[in-house]
Amino acid sequence: MFRVWMRNFRVWQKHIQASLIGNLGQPFLFLLAMGYGLGRQIPTIEGLTYLQFIAPGLVASAVMYSAAFEATYGAYTRLSTQGTFEAILMTPVSVESLTMGEILWGATKGLISGLIMLAALPLFDVIPSYWTALLIPILFLEGMFFAALGLVMTATATNYEFFNYFTSLIITPLFLFSGIFFSIDTLNLKARIAVGTLPLTHVVSLARMLCYGKIGGQWQLHMIITVVTCGICCWIAVVLMRRRLIQ
Amino acid sequence: MSGWFMNEAKSTKTTRPIVEVSGLTKHFGDRPVVKGLDFSIFPGESVGLLGPNGAGKTTTIRMLLGLVRPTDGHIKVFDIPLSGHLRRIKQRIGVSPQMDNLDPDLSVLENLLTYASYFGIKRSSARDRAESLLGFFALGNRSGEIIEHLSGGQRRRLLLARALINSPDLLILDEPTVGLDPQARHLIWERLGALRRHGTTMLLTSHYMEEVSSLATRVIIVDQGRIIASGKPASMVRQMVGIEVLEVSDRSDELKRLATGLRSCDVELDMTKNRLFIYVKKWCPELEAIALSHRQVIKRPASLEDLFLKLTGRTLRED
Ligand SMILES: Nc1ncnc2c1ncn2[C@@H]1O[C@H](COP(=O)(O)OP(=O)(O)OP(=O)(O)O)[C@@H](O)[C@H]1O
Ligand SMILES: [Mg+2]
Repeated sequence: MFRVWMRNFRVWQKHIQASLIGNLGQPFLFLLAMGYGLGRQIPTIEGLTYLQFIAPGLVASAVMYSAAFEATYGAYTRLSTQGTFEAILMTPVSVESLTMGEILWGATKGLISGLIMLAALPLFDVIPSYWTALLIPILFLEGMFFAALGLVMTATATNYEFFNYFTSLIITPLFLFSGIFFSIDTLNLKARIAVGTLPLTHVVSLARMLCYGKIGGQWQLHMIITVVTCGICCWIAVVLMRRRLIQ
Repeated sequence: MSGWFMNEAKSTKTTRPIVEVSGLTKHFGDRPVVKGLDFSIFPGESVGLLGPNGAGKTTTIRMLLGLVRPTDGHIKVFDIPLSGHLRRIKQRIGVSPQMDNLDPDLSVLENLLTYASYFGIKRSSARDRAESLLGFFALGNRSGEIIEHLSGGQRRRLLLARALINSPDLLILDEPTVGLDPQARHLIWERLGALRRHGTTMLLTSHYMEEVSSLATRVIIVDQGRIIASGKPASMVRQMVGIEVLEVSDRSDELKRLATGLRSCDVELDMTKNRLFIYVKKWCPELEAIALSHRQVIKRPASLEDLFLKLTGRTLRED
């Protein structure tokens, strides 16, 4: 498991710049455009400026984009054209270890993007609280969830086109509707429930709480949902990867 | 007495097969591809698995590695049932696959080191081993090269080096020289020959009969998922084909006339549109006459290729 992770890490070291810029571009641009641009015309939300309000959620979205991207386009290349997974399965490494290694790797890439976003926040006058340290393992769990979700797609994909659907039908809606850009508390009940079913919502809420050290009442619920969805998704990823790789 | 006993014990121990397959069957969907194979491979043996394209050779190998789930049948490797012990078994197998799956993201040396890590080999000893393997396969000065810059022959040699990184007790080679020029092929044969003489147990598939003749101590011929013959290559050829082959080219009526003239000889005949193959079990005067007098006749020793074609059909015959 660690060895599969290590293989990917070695390869990543070689292309470190390109991959970082590629994955961080979007959240940073949103922070600029929405935070500075739109934010000036929006009153404070929950006692935060608009830029402060969206910054923690954008950190979570950076994790999502990186992890999901790695586990789809990256992993699919290793699965199909390069035959890397097959080569690995000819060694004592099992499908379970391979899949978990890929999930941990996707989560690592996600976390790296998230940490860079966090580290850059002071540049935008957003000063994270000490509680933010607790956010790091949560971001890693989020990365595992999206890496596992990506591998589920990879295990069922027949070509790269497939991932365009994944991005436009799953990832982009999550980005827009998980409470990064608006306050969930002001929604009516039905809308709140709908938003609550989205996995990213809970990480965004936790990120905002921890970033500003204001731990709200529902943090336990958010934690449980994050952990449970992550576990379920990893399990599905393993099952589908086994089906895909062992004929 | 005790000496005899010890010998006995030793010989029963060494005759336990490394690979033992029985009733091995695989259906892809409802298409049967492997239909009940039974075979064993003993320590020190080098077994050639032969068969036309699509015979099921690669599928059989993939079942030995747990990459394809058998529809039916039993597999034991190192005297351990495959299911449930895959990890332990694969620790001791080296594979060079038919489809090149070297890691294009890594250099030559890194390919070997990363592969070694999957076997849990410590990095320092992996490096020593990788370097000596690169030397053995004449890749010593290529260790920093990226995979895309290697020629087909160099890639194949790297695949073989990779297969040996864990000092395997069983080496599985699926078409180790496919698509290579004669020089590259001979280099690989020479190296594999050295391994065989060293006592490495091998299972090898190939479409180069010369390769199989020189490397395999025993061959198994499969066709459409079934074993149709097996044994030592030289004696199989002698028994089933003969000692020599005459190839006569002529018009078909002329060839028919020749064939009738050979009825009293111990030969087998195979006629295509304008060629007559005479498989000679024993020489007779009529044959001497053809060999001496006919304009277009080639005389050569019977080979594994003749046996293969005899058993699996001469495709041109259908044309
Ligand atoms: N994953 C798969 N799904 C469906 N059919 C398959 C699969 N793998 C192999 N086959 C089919 O099984 C048959 C046997 O294939 P296999 O690769 O074992 O043949 P082979 O003896 O290795 O042939 P070659 O000499 O061409 O390498 C072929 O008809 C092939 O199309
Ligand atoms: Mg094959």
